Amino acid sequence: MSIIHFERVGQSFGDRTVLHDVNLSLTEHRIGIVGANGSGKSTLVRMINGLVTPTSGIVTVDGQNVARHARDVRRKVGFIFTNPDNQIVMPTVQEDVAFTLRRRGLSAAEIAERTAVALEQFGLSEHADHPAHRLSGGQKQLLALAAVLVAEPATIVADEPTTLLDARNARRISELLQTLPQQVIVVTHHLHLVEEFDRVIVIEDGAVVADGEAAESLAAYRALLQ
Amino acid sequence: MIGLYSPGTSLIHRAPTLLKLLLLSLCVLLIGTSSDPWVASGAAAGVVLLFLIAQVPLRAAVAQIAPILLILLVAVPIQGLLSGWTVAALMAGRLIVAVALAALFTMTTTVTAVLEAFQTLLRPFNRFIDADRVGLLVALTIRCIPLVSDIVREVLEARTARGTRGSPLSIAVPVVVRSLYAADALGEALIARGLDD
Repeated sequence: MSIIHFERVGQSFGDRTVLHDVNLSLTEHRIGIVGANGSGKSTLVRMINGLVTPTSGIVTVDGQNVARHARDVRRKVGFIFTNPDNQIVMPTVQEDVAFTLRRRGLSAAEIAERTAVALEQFGLSEHADHPAHRLSGGQKQLLALAAVLVAEPATIVADEPTTLLDARNARRISELLQTLPQQVIVVTHHLHLVEEFDRVIVIEDGAVVADGEAAESLAAYRALLQ
Repeated sequence: MIGLYSPGTSLIHRAPTLLKLLLLSLCVLLIGTSSDPWVASGAAAGVVLLFLIAQVPLRAAVAQIAPILLILLVAVPIQGLLSGWTVAALMAGRLIVAVALAALFTMTTTVTAVLEAFQTLLRPFNRFIDADRVGLLVALTIRCIPLVSDIVREVLEARTARGTRGSPLSIAVPVVVRSLYAADALGEALIARGLDD
């Protein structure tokens, strides 16, 4: 598990301020982040992986400033995108999972072994040699998860991982995220996904408006939606 | 190569990629330069034997070779009328054998194996070329073909659903815009997966 700090973090795109003066310490096992479209929640989690650099303040992961040590941080923090199609790089399922282990100084046998274990864990072994782009939406998101988890990151950040999935696949991904031993930070509109989480943060207009236990934060968010 | 790989454990599947590439190049060169009908016939028999050894699905193999037959339907009569039917038959034979050999290579070789072969080939030029980067470029190019194909299909479906019949520009613009967005997202995913240099 990683210890993630946001210290007076702000983000602007031109004249538009997306986040202002965010202070957070993320240390829990499972953390949910909810908020309306355009509230700044995706920008917030992208900063953990260094995909977005804050215009003010700093984000640290285990004491490392993400802006300065992005490569090291990315080895600890895996990122799952909303659309798995954008995350698949290699033509076949097996090759895409193995792709994550490139440049890690592993032998071909080690890569093959770890890839096989990851595919087995996500029920993709029988699709190992199949074209990745022909998988179903749910299977693609499972592949995206397998491709991230094969690198054994300490933290998984998932940006709306169930938005494009049907109810069945959304539940499957949701159950998987609940059982991972890694620290899991999930941005979602599916509130049931984070109901059992240790902590839920509500973002509104670029600021944290509720932060605490899931039931409490979700009640605050529902009240906000009224 | 875009989803054409047919898993297997045959001798041809297990053969080293560089050896397969070398033999493929030599065979295509030999068939292309020889005007002896016996060479083309022998090559055709050899290709059939190789397909039998590889045990690739017949339907997939035919799907690979069929497009060239459509081209030959037009090219052979023209060549026959201009240069004679023997020359036309020889040309058709050469093309079918060459395409079949290339198809056999793609059906029995994974993209990763091809990339590794590329990297081995480029290793002597490491001072000038980053072989790993070239390999990644090739992989991304292959990956992007179905991605762009999906975008085109979705744009055409959206047009049909709206009952419009726009100009080619009305297809090209959304396809280009969406392709650029997809490229941006793919770049971001590569960064997130640690390929940020």
